[in-house]
Amino acid sequence: MGRERLRVVCYSVLIGATLLALWQASVAGTPAGKGLPGPVAVARAAGEMLANPFYSNGPNDKGIGLQLLASLGRLAVGYAVASVVAIALGVVLGLSPALYRAVNPYIQILKPISPLAWMPLFLYTIRDSGWAAVLVIFMSSLWPTLANTAFGVVNIKRDYLHVAAILQLSWWRRLLQVVLPAAAPAIVAGLRISIGSAWVAIVAAEMLIGGTGIGYFVWNEWNNLALTSVIFAIIAIGLIGVLLDAGLGRLSRRLAWSE
Amino acid sequence: MRFLDIDHVSKDFGGVSVFTDVAFGIAEGEFVTMIGHSGCGKSTLLNIIAGLERPSAGGVVLSGREITGPGMDRMVVFQNFSLMPWMTVFDNVRLAVRAAHPDWGRRRVAEWVQRYVDMVGLTGAETKRPAALSGGMRQRVGLARAFSTEPKVLLLDEPFAQIDALTRGVIQDELVRMWSASRNTVFMVTHDVDEAILLSDRIALMTKGPGARLAEIIPVKIPRPRTRAELIDDPEYLRLRNHILHFLVEAAQRPAAAEVEIAASTGRLPSLATD
Ligand SMILES: Nc1ncnc2c1ncn2[C@@H]1O[C@H](COP(=O)(O)OP(=O)(O)OP(=O)(O)O)[C@@H](O)[C@H]1O
Ligand SMILES: [Mg+2]
Repeated sequence: MGRERLRVVCYSVLIGATLLALWQASVAGTPAGKGLPGPVAVARAAGEMLANPFYSNGPNDKGIGLQLLASLGRLAVGYAVASVVAIALGVVLGLSPALYRAVNPYIQILKPISPLAWMPLFLYTIRDSGWAAVLVIFMSSLWPTLANTAFGVVNIKRDYLHVAAILQLSWWRRLLQVVLPAAAPAIVAGLRISIGSAWVAIVAAEMLIGGTGIGYFVWNEWNNLALTSVIFAIIAIGLIGVLLDAGLGRLSRRLAWSE
Repeated sequence: MRFLDIDHVSKDFGGVSVFTDVAFGIAEGEFVTMIGHSGCGKSTLLNIIAGLERPSAGGVVLSGREITGPGMDRMVVFQNFSLMPWMTVFDNVRLAVRAAHPDWGRRRVAEWVQRYVDMVGLTGAETKRPAALSGGMRQRVGLARAFSTEPKVLLLDEPFAQIDALTRGVIQDELVRMWSASRNTVFMVTHDVDEAILLSDRIALMTKGPGARLAEIIPVKIPRPRTRAELIDDPEYLRLRNHILHFLVEAAQRPAAAEVEIAASTGRLPSLATD
């Protein structure tokens, strides 16, 4: 704390200001509406958008706040369901090594598939683009949590399980008091990776499905050639990503333990 | 009939024999200690009694019933403490008390836990996590956890090996005090000859593994209560100590001379100091 931290903040601010200045300098002289907008133009657009973020003038004209909420809603549903499924499945796999080894090759094959590759199948089977996007989120946040949970449970120290066995804890109590807390650091690490990849995937998914969402918003503004809006949306996506990650960071610190 | 009967137990791992045909009995309320070189299977035998491991041959019978798995009638105190690091001191003990008394209400459980936390001198440290405790304090939690369930048999696997020598004496005294009050049957594994003599009614000596055997069981005919101070001048103590050390040195089959000296001067086994 103190001096060291102050120095870091100073560097940070300096680097940010330099980048903004370079950006502004590179676009100086180009007339408004031509070429890339500079930071001043983006800031002005941002001010307008943030003044009224939740307006809705029909399907193609909604405030950025509404669009973000739509994306976050899909994220919440897909991510929550995926997390529950992944943790449950991960615990089952982690507790039975044979099953783990049997299933692992399939997980390894499924893991590297871009969640967007599933989109056509989802659209074809459920015929609802909104839910197809939710399923894309589901797919993108399933594997990291699943893999990490199974890994965490497999690697629980035998000592803890021995204590659970000696105390003859019921299956539930063993799960809640021993297995999950022991694997919690690994599980949360998985959840953290998952929310990152889910937030990345939702933007692309919404570009494909259209309608609502921050991904669709970016695409729509690009079609309108409103690059200031596009750039501001990009920044907003980044900031929300940071907030989501920070939330899970807090959770991980709460559940962390050391021997 | 013996209270705890180790009935010709053998164990091998992957065809390699750890020990064979170990047979002895422990009377109710008796304190029996096993000493032997590293790898002779002391922990394995203790785990078999705990029900965590299955014997390859033979069996263990506790008050007339064969042991087929872990149970609340046998509690283990581990060398590495094995506390749940995500739980506080209080919760670690409470986990055991709730397991032993599923029908008790919260209040009663909490009072019981507190009693044992106090008993091991951890009053005030209830909300600490194990990581914040010294080795000695951690093993106190281990003892509180084990005693709080009032098991028929206590299984102690080198409970004081990871505790510094000064603290070790204090906790040994605490163990004696708690054991005198509860009179559980105890089976303990140790490397520490002095500790064995101080605590035990009988001491079981194992030959070196693999294929270890029970060599002899020697009674400790020193009246209780024993104190470390009186013990060092007790001729019986000196005789026992010499006997055990000689046995161990011979069992080690020509160990390095320096190690023998260390063993003779410290009463602890040379080849085991590393684990
Ligand atoms: N699960 C296992 N699988 C294979 N071999 C094992 C297993 N557990 C123990 N062994 C082997 O059995 C032998 C006895 O182990 P054990 O831990 O019982 O010895 P010990 O007498 O307690 O030794 P120490 O004094 O070092 O604690 C060792 O050679 C060990 O490597
Ligand atoms: Mg051992």
